[in-house]
Amino acid sequence: MKTLLSYSFSSLATHIHNWLKNAITNDMLLTVTEMVIVGVCLLVFLILLAFFLGYMERKVAAFMELRLGPNRVGPKGTLQIIADTVKLLFKEGFTPDAADKFLFNLAPGIIITTALLAVAPIAYAKGFQIWDINIGVLYISSVSSMAVIGILMAGWSSGNKYSLIGAMRSGAQIVSYELSIGLSLISIVVLTGSLSLNDIVESQANGWWIFKGHIPVAIAFVIFVVASTAEINRAPFDLVEADQELTGGFNTEYAGMKFAMFLMAEYINLFVVSAVAATIFLGGWMPFHIGGMTGFNHIMDYIPSSIWFFGKTLFIIFIIMQFRWTFPRLRIDQLLNLEWKYLLPISMVNVLLVTLMAIMGWHF
Amino acid sequence: MSASQIIFYIIAAVIIGGGILAVTSRKIFRAAIYLLFSLLGIASLYFYLNYEFIAAVQIVVYVGGIVVLIIFSVFLTHASGDEMQKPVLWRALFSGLAAVFATALTLLYITEHTFIPTANAAVAPSVKNIGLQMLSTTQYGYILPFEVVSMLLLAALVGCIVIAIKIKTKE
Repeated sequence: MKTLLSYSFSSLATHIHNWLKNAITNDMLLTVTEMVIVGVCLLVFLILLAFFLGYMERKVAAFMELRLGPNRVGPKGTLQIIADTVKLLFKEGFTPDAADKFLFNLAPGIIITTALLAVAPIAYAKGFQIWDINIGVLYISSVSSMAVIGILMAGWSSGNKYSLIGAMRSGAQIVSYELSIGLSLISIVVLTGSLSLNDIVESQANGWWIFKGHIPVAIAFVIFVVASTAEINRAPFDLVEADQELTGGFNTEYAGMKFAMFLMAEYINLFVVSAVAATIFLGGWMPFHIGGMTGFNHIMDYIPSSIWFFGKTLFIIFIIMQFRWTFPRLRIDQLLNLEWKYLLPISMVNVLLVTLMAIMGWHF
Repeated sequence: MSASQIIFYIIAAVIIGGGILAVTSRKIFRAAIYLLFSLLGIASLYFYLNYEFIAAVQIVVYVGGIVVLIIFSVFLTHASGDEMQKPVLWRALFSGLAAVFATALTLLYITEHTFIPTANAAVAPSVKNIGLQMLSTTQYGYILPFEVVSMLLLAALVGCIVIAIKIKTKE
């Protein structure tokens, strides 16, 4: 019974690996086959995830505004996203005359590639991870800092003033909010003493950092969620798109599947940010444990680790989606003030507090 | 040729190709993007050598920082989309010669130099070892260069603020 309930994807992965090892003797061919399988599985997963998040976003938005949301196509409107995708597939993917053709067509590819690269080191369940890199946190933050280049490229190469303004805003926004994200991640790295996502999850076996780390970690968590909402250009920090003033910002000129790639990259980024927040602060796939209460911990262990991971991730996605319909959009000067005058000084002092806590051993 | 070698040559081709295109492209924004590919190629070379920390730092500093700044300053120039005029022939010639001689000099040094293998065991390039070595005050520690570089950065920051500051004139 225990084995069935605490089933993790890792045993399935091991089975497939052993089976392939028997079937394919050539080592290089084996590696390539496994890489292809992992890649295809990941892409299918992310497309399904983007469908789900698109549906979820509409429903969350609708219920916050006392509407019903999509409710015509399929049961409870679940097939609405499929219909939208088919619509986007049939649209003409034109390139404007004034555009720099080469860069205009390259930009969606760059944006989706950077989004996909950041997915690699995330631990989805116990022992189930694509790439166990020993600098996981640094890798994710470095790769996601490349996303801004895709946006700058898209905005500039469209040959449209609105797009260019959107791209300029994104440059200022993403580069400055990266600092707070880095500092709030460092506070947990200080407590754990490792940059590896696996080590960080393991260190939360006797309690998640948000509980173990007292108020400083809670502050770091709030700063991380706010700053990463800005980093992925979601409302109330969506000045880059700003429909009312910039008619769509950097993606004004894109249509059809090129636009769909921007949309998908946005949802993948949302997932990555929430997954990182869940892993770093809420224990990733680690069940909810209270130190000393063995009976309670035992019951929690029965829930599979993947459900813990996805539950926490979806919870944070839900919070970020609620931001969108709660706060009005910031002005560019308010946006920069928030980062440079409030978030950055607070997170700098916070890192000092966390370091003091780690040295004195005040955390549990 | 093994798979590892094939990957190495692909990375090398991206680095060199990106570098050449960055210099020869006559559209300034495209040149910045080609430079980006060249720098990313160097980062992937570090990944190929399993120096993951250095690779991530390369991406953070060069791709996420310097290329973004270059693109930003390209945005602020006039007519960033137009083709620039062709460089004067003798200027292009001498720049080419300078590049060739610099490459020849580097190659000469690499081939002439005899690399002395050390008797010490190799140290794993982990983040912990790099950090300890960087802030170590022992004989081979890097604390002094580290602090000197931070002073340089501080001076640059102060300089930026002095340039950007607006002094309110009394009316």
